[in-house]
Amino acid sequence: MNKLEEKIIELYKKAATSLPQDVEYALSNACKAEANGSNSKAALSLILQNIKIARETERPLCQDTGVPVFFVKIPKNQSQLKLKEVIIEATKVATEVIPLRPNAVDIVTDRNSGNNTGVGFPIIYFEESPDGTFAIDLMLKGSGCENVSQLYKLPFEELRAERDLDGVRRCGLDTVFRAQGKACPPYIIGIGVGACRDQVTKLSKDQLLRRLEDSNNIRVLSEIEERLLKEINQLGIGPLGLGGKTTALGVKIGVNHRHPASYFVDISISCWANRRARLTW
Amino acid sequence: MVNKKFKVHPELVSGSKLKTGEIIRLNLPLTKKDVLSLKVGDRVLITGQIVTGRDKVHKFLFNERPKMKDIPFNLKGAVLYHCGPIIKKKEEGFNLIAGGPTTSIRVEMYEPKIISDYGIRAIMGKGGMGKKTLKALEENGCVYLHTISGAAVYLADRVKRVVSVWKLEDFGMAEAMWIFEVEDFPAIVTMDAHGRSLHEGIEKKSYRELKRLIGID
Repeated sequence: MNKLEEKIIELYKKAATSLPQDVEYALSNACKAEANGSNSKAALSLILQNIKIARETERPLCQDTGVPVFFVKIPKNQSQLKLKEVIIEATKVATEVIPLRPNAVDIVTDRNSGNNTGVGFPIIYFEESPDGTFAIDLMLKGSGCENVSQLYKLPFEELRAERDLDGVRRCGLDTVFRAQGKACPPYIIGIGVGACRDQVTKLSKDQLLRRLEDSNNIRVLSEIEERLLKEINQLGIGPLGLGGKTTALGVKIGVNHRHPASYFVDISISCWANRRARLTW
Repeated sequence: MVNKKFKVHPELVSGSKLKTGEIIRLNLPLTKKDVLSLKVGDRVLITGQIVTGRDKVHKFLFNERPKMKDIPFNLKGAVLYHCGPIIKKKEEGFNLIAGGPTTSIRVEMYEPKIISDYGIRAIMGKGGMGKKTLKALEENGCVYLHTISGAAVYLADRVKRVVSVWKLEDFGMAEAMWIFEVEDFPAIVTMDAHGRSLHEGIEKKSYRELKRLIGID
């Protein structure tokens, strides 16, 4: 087995079994904030225990090990095809040895491939790095939370969402309201705004790779991120949807230029188990 | 069988109903009387055998309507757990690695019929269910138990044994019907047999907040 394949298997293991520290820290603060004796506090304390047990016993912290999404930055002259082959092989082995739950289902036969590989599975995005960096970010995207993510085309009268950043804020609130407790809150919210549907859905997912303390470098966007987080937490949906103070842990916005005729907003929701890990090579 | 008792898991004993220090132990299978005694907000610990079933199982039971006698285990009085676990085959039997709940609302269109046809006494999952299921809970004497979303290894450790499995070949590991023997498996009653739903209440309240935040009537 080549060295890179081994490293990617390790990356899978890290992502599946060990929640990023920033998310765990935010969850433990959320637990402290809930009222003593409340169901939400009890639930969060079990979640924190679960995170600890998963890390110690090296078991996946959630049984839905999700859709593996790779964000790869490769230096010039590195073959994408070869790397793709390595990722696919590593996926098969990781599924067996960690183990991950086999999640790739054939649309035509409705059979599960049994090893998390198939047509377009795992998802791999390549980007050439300007400075020769070779880095692989892996996100294990739970599907419960993927199911409640939403795409909007502004203007959207029902929400009085016009083609401006306040319209984006309204979409964010609407998505979380619709999601209620179905997708394992407290959520992390990624938002992408831009010209085309395919572009903004990817852009919103990119935001879920940002650490929770990472604040937007565009001031007006960082203000909206903060405001939206505060407002989402006023909805009162709470941990697991049982009511309470913390419905979301973070909101991150990314923007692209748009076409004069279009204003697409995509809201990607991550469950509390925002599993991401990075490998630099 | 319902058995009210003090103190089991310290983190569960400090809560709402728990002001009275009460936590309800449920020993399976459940009777209608057990179910009728449960109310929204109650915290329970389940002991006995539970059955998993998610998307494919629901579609299958709903459309193919297998007879009770053709199903290798008894669903009468059962807890039907919305769960797609990670399980490793051992030399003999199976080893449960992780087994938290999956989103329940996806099987809303199937659930009322499955509750009434097979005599299920509790549905367990996450996120709650809709109006049709709530009505079926009331009509048939059944409850919805919300367990701990994402707490897959904590919950797997409450499973003493994987007893058996059905439809493993056809549906695959995540979608087969597994029987787990559980001990002190934690959950919260969020929809009861008296027409009450915690989820409905939270949705209404959050809708009022949403309207305020975006300035619509």
